[in-house]
Amino acid sequence: MNLFVKSAGFLTSVQDLGRTGYRQSGISISGALDSHALRVANALVGNDDSAAGLEATLGKLRLRFDDKRVVAWCGGAFSVRLGETDLPPGHAGVVAKGEELIMVAPEDGARAWLAISGGIDVPLVLGSRSTDLRGNFGGHQGRSLRNGDELPLGTREDPKERRFPNRRKGGDGGLESAAPWVSEWSAPAPWAVTAHPVCVLRFVRGPDWARFNEEAQTAIKGTPFTVTLDSDRMGVRLDGPDLPRQDSSDLLSEAVAPGTLQVPPNGKPILLLGDCQTIGGYPKIAHVITVDLPIAAQLWAGDPVRFQEISLAEAQALVREREEDFARFRVGISLRLE
Amino acid sequence: MRIEPLGDSALIVRVVDDFAADPEASLNAVLAALRSLEAAAIPGVTELAPAYSTVGVFFDVAEVARVAPESQPSEWIGAKIEDVLKDQPVEGDESIEPRLIEIPVCYDREFACDLDDVARVTGLHAAEVIERHSSAGYRVACVGFIAGFPFLSGLPSELATPRRAVPRKEVPAGSVGIGGGQTGVYPRTSPGGWNLIGRTPLSLFDVRQDPPAILQAGDRVRFRKISRQEFDAFSP
Repeated sequence: MNLFVKSAGFLTSVQDLGRTGYRQSGISISGALDSHALRVANALVGNDDSAAGLEATLGKLRLRFDDKRVVAWCGGAFSVRLGETDLPPGHAGVVAKGEELIMVAPEDGARAWLAISGGIDVPLVLGSRSTDLRGNFGGHQGRSLRNGDELPLGTREDPKERRFPNRRKGGDGGLESAAPWVSEWSAPAPWAVTAHPVCVLRFVRGPDWARFNEEAQTAIKGTPFTVTLDSDRMGVRLDGPDLPRQDSSDLLSEAVAPGTLQVPPNGKPILLLGDCQTIGGYPKIAHVITVDLPIAAQLWAGDPVRFQEISLAEAQALVREREEDFARFRVGISLRLE
Repeated sequence: MRIEPLGDSALIVRVVDDFAADPEASLNAVLAALRSLEAAAIPGVTELAPAYSTVGVFFDVAEVARVAPESQPSEWIGAKIEDVLKDQPVEGDESIEPRLIEIPVCYDREFACDLDDVARVTGLHAAEVIERHSSAGYRVACVGFIAGFPFLSGLPSELATPRRAVPRKEVPAGSVGIGGGQTGVYPRTSPGGWNLIGRTPLSLFDVRQDPPAILQAGDRVRFRKISRQEFDAFSP
């Protein structure tokens, strides 16, 4: 019923869909930076959307399980093995008692989300199991994982033997081979692997768009920016063309959110992510659309990024479309799991 | 009142145009708008986030689309917000009486490592700084920066002191500081650049409580000067 962390990797934390409802107390959303990827992985192993999983950064993760579990992952172009067997992104696989899951550094992208049947059963803090890494609460002891940690897994029905056999059938269809079972079915490829070699983030105009002059409004559309080293779960920091403002007046702090592209006085924009603070006083030139936040979650130092403007109506239509597709995907998966 | 999109899943409601012209009335108006929006429970709205002159309204696009499939979600939510707030008096509802929360503060030297700097910048004696800080009435303009950190408006203008040129890596929990024209309390040990003039033994933030932050936007706050003995003996 436990998960043993043999190697915690660069930065791995327990995350679910985030902690909503506490902005008035200044509490960040936290949660999986790509909540869609976590939902897809959860669906693949038969969990509810809101089950807690792991967010791994740059891999180097090794986990051992003390009972049989179904696992699945989505995210960057990582390579994951169950023992010696490859577990491709967006597929379900079975880890038997005592077996190891190994995730190695990605060829492309930065983060991956791993779902485990039953979910990670850390206590709910303010309605969420997400780790608030800045506030040091939630998740596993309010911190990222360390080598030697032991995490409780949720109790659930044993994975159905018929649906999730321990072993793959051998070549003659009779004898069990030594390899763990991996599903033939999978999530749609764009949901399973979210790292893109050419990164274009679509945006709608931010509340302070008009405070920037024409040079900035032109530069933000199409000129490449580069992700800088000091990026983290709070935000992707960017280096690129100057983004001059019309005025230099100080603004009162107001609500910001993951996706907000704010420009501090040094002119280097910051794209806010899940751990961002709840309010901010820097002008908000643009806001990256919800369905492109998964791409933003894969950015790492040195990556090039471009921005492309779309209308608010289009941005919202894309969210609706994705949610409808996800609902159909969930139905399809549940038919396979029943 | 103006309503502007913050991305595809939120709107910012600008309740008043000029906060600085009358912070007291502005906060009343924002608090009244917040209460009305809470009571209205607009379908699809997931969260409300007040700060100074605005209320951020967060919503679930897919949920709004289920409720109003023919509408564009932000236009639909925006129209609902206008409906709720259109009858609201600009200066806020007189019947809403903000809570008053008293925060005990020990201004002893040990906790007030920047008191001399504040005295020098303001041209006041240290004792006067303490006297004026602890006798003024404040309002929580917003909570943020770090979880549970209250930005208080109402600092007597003569006490305004620029933030420290180099922020401290570690400010102890409970520290009371002045940052520009505002004052605030660090709810937990964290980095910070405000000038520290005292410390409260009161815990302002606890994730085991709901809500976890004692202070919420709109609350009235007073600081009560306490001795070192009272600080040590304090139990909430």
